[in-house]
Amino acid sequence: MMDKQSASPWMRYASPATFYPLAGTLQPWFAGLAALLTLAGLWIGFFVAPTDATQGEGYRIIFVHVPASWMSMVIYCAMAFWAGIGLAFNTRLSSMMASALAPTGAMFALLSLVTGSLWGKPMWGTWWVWDARLTSELILFFLYLGFLALQAAIEDPKRADRAGAVLALVGVVNVPIIYFSVKWWNTLHQGATISMTKSPSMAMTMLWGMLLMALAFWMYSIAVALARVRNIILERERHADWVRQTLENA
Amino acid sequence: MMQWNSVGEFFAMGGYAFYVWGSFGACALAMLVESLLLRQQRAELLRSLKDQHEA
Repeated sequence: MMDKQSASPWMRYASPATFYPLAGTLQPWFAGLAALLTLAGLWIGFFVAPTDATQGEGYRIIFVHVPASWMSMVIYCAMAFWAGIGLAFNTRLSSMMASALAPTGAMFALLSLVTGSLWGKPMWGTWWVWDARLTSELILFFLYLGFLALQAAIEDPKRADRAGAVLALVGVVNVPIIYFSVKWWNTLHQGATISMTKSPSMAMTMLWGMLLMALAFWMYSIAVALARVRNIILERERHADWVRQTLENA
Repeated sequence: MMQWNSVGEFFAMGGYAFYVWGSFGACALAMLVESLLLRQQRAELLRSLKDQHEA
């Protein structure tokens, strides 16, 4: 495969050999930001945000439930984007990015379901209902699992990337379904927490706590995806000369 | 601002302790496990690459 190292600075970073050290430099910064934002978010979430008028202290689950749910959707879109770029332009690194995002996305989809269940039990009286929001999020979790299983089942990495990309791209239609499910169908799940058209219905401090936690989860996801893509690069490029040189110089 | 009068009240979460701490605990555990697995995976990779380069 040709690496057009001199084509443009952006093309240069599309090469695993250049991206590997860059990801290594960036990773600790994102991890540090994630830790700081988590501390700030937890402080506001538990000590500044007031008790909710109807849900008491139980509503505080929102500070992890909404960020986890958002990340499960954002990561899916990012994964489908990189998988699609890899499929269209045959860029190795894009497909590796998609593979690096999948496990973290699956984790957040599961956390969204678990924390939602823990919220639903005391508020609705049930752990689970087959309503549109919950069911479409469950489908998102299965799409992640399908992507991971498909990639694991195909030995040749290039074929695995292509098959995974097709699945990821087909599944992307599910994301707007999740998002708009509370509008399109009559569901038990409450409406969108944040709306672009209405002024926020929740106390400002609650909103800030949630946004800080969402940002923290976002930074965490980037840090973890960078760490994982570095592992994937090492694994897939294990016979390349640059890997040997990089490790010997480290 | 502060709505807790005691440490016990804080941990009780107004009767929702299991649900609130269960949610936060699940998230913390998942993130901790994922981070540790990645670190372990990297250590194993580096070891096997070292063997490969020495061979």
